[in-house]
Amino acid sequence: MIGLGHYLSVAAVLFAIGMAGIFVNRKNIIVVLMSIELMLLAVNINLVAFSQFLGDLAGQVFAFMVLTVAAAEAALGLAILVAFFRNRGDIAVDDANLMKH
Amino acid sequence: MTLAAFAFWVFAVSAVASGLMVISSRNPVHSVLFLILTFISAAGLFVLMGAEYLAMLLVVVYVGAVAVLFLFVVMMLDVDFVEMKQGFLQYLPIGVAIAGLVVVELILAFAAWQMPSDSEFAAASKIATRGSPLAGPDAPNNIEGLGLILFTDYVHYFQIAGMVLLIAMIGAIVLTFRTREGVKKQDPAAQVARRRDASVELKKVKSGQGI
Repeated sequence: MIGLGHYLSVAAVLFAIGMAGIFVNRKNIIVVLMSIELMLLAVNINLVAFSQFLGDLAGQVFAFMVLTVAAAEAALGLAILVAFFRNRGDIAVDDANLMKH
Repeated sequence: MTLAAFAFWVFAVSAVASGLMVISSRNPVHSVLFLILTFISAAGLFVLMGAEYLAMLLVVVYVGAVAVLFLFVVMMLDVDFVEMKQGFLQYLPIGVAIAGLVVVELILAFAAWQMPSDSEFAAASKIATRGSPLAGPDAPNNIEGLGLILFTDYVHYFQIAGMVLLIAMIGAIVLTFRTREGVKKQDPAAQVARRRDASVELKKVKSGQGI
């Protein structure tokens, strides 16, 4: 029988994968954004699992909010990336230290 | 093993495997495609949990919009992605260590948690019992139940979600908008602001001659 723990484990593993992705791909900002999406997805799985197993739809409303914010975040992140690319000609985040000097 | 359990394992394994491929594949286009597969697997898990509306939302919003946006940006940017892969092995140990730590912490946190009994749950939160049409014998289906609370108890959250999306849209347009030099474009403001004496001139033409 598949219970709450199974779903939470999948979500935990996905969250950890997203977190590891941010570290290992820290030069490639696009994959970092995708890793953030993975982490938000893991959070959504958690919210829906608890919503289902506690019998309370409020969790799904919250997952809906997370989905909205994730979509907005992806759109804005990619827009910033495109603007950055247009100004610099590449997307190497290591060189993004204009404000420091 | 029941069919539901089988489906769970299929979706769970495919979600985790494609999640791993997202962060480890060499080509970002492949990463995006694996991200889509992860989202579809998660949508399958949502259906198994009975959250059909969110599952369909995940497919429409993520696969239909966000992932395609990623795909556009990856293909639009002319970047050497192979060079960016450098440092992958260098950061792999710390990434794996932190990910392992997070998994252990999450498992410990969940192991220490007790599912509340029904009476505790009802006593703790009034809105929770109101918003739990999942449990009743004549329970409405997922979309109906979600609509019943989304447009009543959570209507302000719903409106805030709309504002978030509006502002994200305006922000994305402002960030990527640029005026190009040397493009002939209609300027309605200049057209409206034109006065008669700037453009009409009276000439005295002598008879028998041209201008």
